[in-house]
Amino acid sequence: MGMTMSEKILARVSGQSKVSAGDIVWVKVDIVMMHDLLGPWMVDGGFRRLGGQLFDKDKVVVVSDHCTPPATVQQADILKFTRDWARNQDLTYYYEFEGPCHQVIVEHGHVRPGRLILGTDSHTCMAGGLGAFATGIGSTEMIGVLLTGETWLKVPETIKVVWDGKIPHGVYAKDLILETIKDIGHAGATYQSIEFSGEAIKDLSIDERLVLSNMAVEAGAKTGLIEPDEKVANYLRSKGVDEELDLIRSDENASFSRVLYKDASILEPQVACPHEVDNVHSVSLVEGKPVDQVYLGSCTNGRISDLRIAAEILKGKKISKNIRCLVVPASQQIWMQANKEGILDILTEAGCIVNMPSCGACGGFTSGVIGAGEVVMSSSNRNFRGRMGSPKGEVYLGSPATVAATAIEGKITDPRKYLSMEVR
Amino acid sequence: MSFIIRGRVWKYGDNINTDIISPGQYMSLPVEKQAEHAMEAIDSTFSQKIKAGDILVAGSNFGSGSSRETAQMVLKHHKIGAIVATSFARIFYRNSINVGLPVVEIDTSVIQEGDDLEIDLLIGKVINRSQGTEYKGTKLPEHLIEMVKMGGLEPYLAKKLNIS
Repeated sequence: MGMTMSEKILARVSGQSKVSAGDIVWVKVDIVMMHDLLGPWMVDGGFRRLGGQLFDKDKVVVVSDHCTPPATVQQADILKFTRDWARNQDLTYYYEFEGPCHQVIVEHGHVRPGRLILGTDSHTCMAGGLGAFATGIGSTEMIGVLLTGETWLKVPETIKVVWDGKIPHGVYAKDLILETIKDIGHAGATYQSIEFSGEAIKDLSIDERLVLSNMAVEAGAKTGLIEPDEKVANYLRSKGVDEELDLIRSDENASFSRVLYKDASILEPQVACPHEVDNVHSVSLVEGKPVDQVYLGSCTNGRISDLRIAAEILKGKKISKNIRCLVVPASQQIWMQANKEGILDILTEAGCIVNMPSCGACGGFTSGVIGAGEVVMSSSNRNFRGRMGSPKGEVYLGSPATVAATAIEGKITDPRKYLSMEVR
Repeated sequence: MSFIIRGRVWKYGDNINTDIISPGQYMSLPVEKQAEHAMEAIDSTFSQKIKAGDILVAGSNFGSGSSRETAQMVLKHHKIGAIVATSFARIFYRNSINVGLPVVEIDTSVIQEGDDLEIDLLIGKVINRSQGTEYKGTKLPEHLIEMVKMGGLEPYLAKKLNIS
């Protein structure tokens, strides 16, 4: 019996030639990631009580993104604590005001195929888009990892999701993942990995692959992996990574708990309706729902390709007078690229407001939370009650194209009528 | 930490996620302030009525969403005796064990609000004193029993790292 990608990675980091789903293994972590809200501020007490010695200052990456820019004194205090901690621990890698951690660690080359990455955030699984085994852990568990560089993991079973067919016009990675979550259910992959494969996935850019892996946790999964290929190698080379990469893949005879075959060619734009991410419907069924705010951003869908799609739709148009449209590039690098390409001008001329890269309103933290009775159409990853502010608000999730088209009409809109008919 | 827990049931439904237990907008506040808002999206009376030792009973997928340990912190602040659910989300379950918040998985469909439950944590047995019934839950994995016995990951690590 061969091994899945997850099994291969966990075998390597536990120093074994073979592991199988269900095994409990002690693993050495390659990269440890913390952010401001669930990082140093939360772990420092226990960390110091247990000696306060980092296992490796080059492997601990801290990103301040949730409290940036601080909206309250408490957030400013947390941010200061995080910055001081990073300095006192002499960390090699500390980033702040650069954007959401998941995007920042990808852009700075910390995420590489075959690595084991643990982070204090549930969307750490995004790194699986480049072929890393990455998952979220809690702050207490992080204390142990910071001290020893190790923890235990149960080797997960893997659900293989095969997306074949050409992705149609107006349909994007976000629509694929929403349809996948609808199919698997929001807890259907609990304790398991998801491996995305198939012709449609190979066709996706790195930007889009990261959307799929980012949202694997919304099906309950431990991680979401995509087989790394030359696109990943080229991407990492462009980020200055020159080491030889382990372009890991599942063996032909690996064992999967389930294999789902999906046809991308018949997929329509999808929308996740309140208040669960698996409450997914084709856009035609929710079209016309009035919204108060549109949110284009987040680690899920705030990358340059997302902003380009929005700009294509919004160029020369105006957003509805009844709404506000917040654009939050997923990193400072993306912000600069969008600026160079004139995208920020196009979006602001259309009436959008461009905020700084951060976790912002996606998690209800800063800059654009919603009030009671308000409705948001968002390109982010979670629509739980209270996620973006008031528990009496409503969050709908869709692709950047659906979000941009919704901004024009002020109600949920099928983006296809605003896109040129060019095949992607 | 006692392994026999007995308390009154407060019953909730499926998919009680981390944004409900610990809303993002309050996460930068001190834990006692955060705790006032625990569960308020679905039950505005939660933080007033919950008493030390009470048992939270819920349906499937309890604790889905974020890895935030503030969810455990606010429930521990209210001195919840245990959480009994039909199923838990993965990170929440793991975090609960790490911080010494007892969690048990059983089919909770017949448990009623106000029931008097007794839980034997290590063997995963739940006795419903009100209904005169007994449920067999999932047992904790062997490798975690020692950690739970010691009260969570921090005391476990202290021993492992030889720190008194």
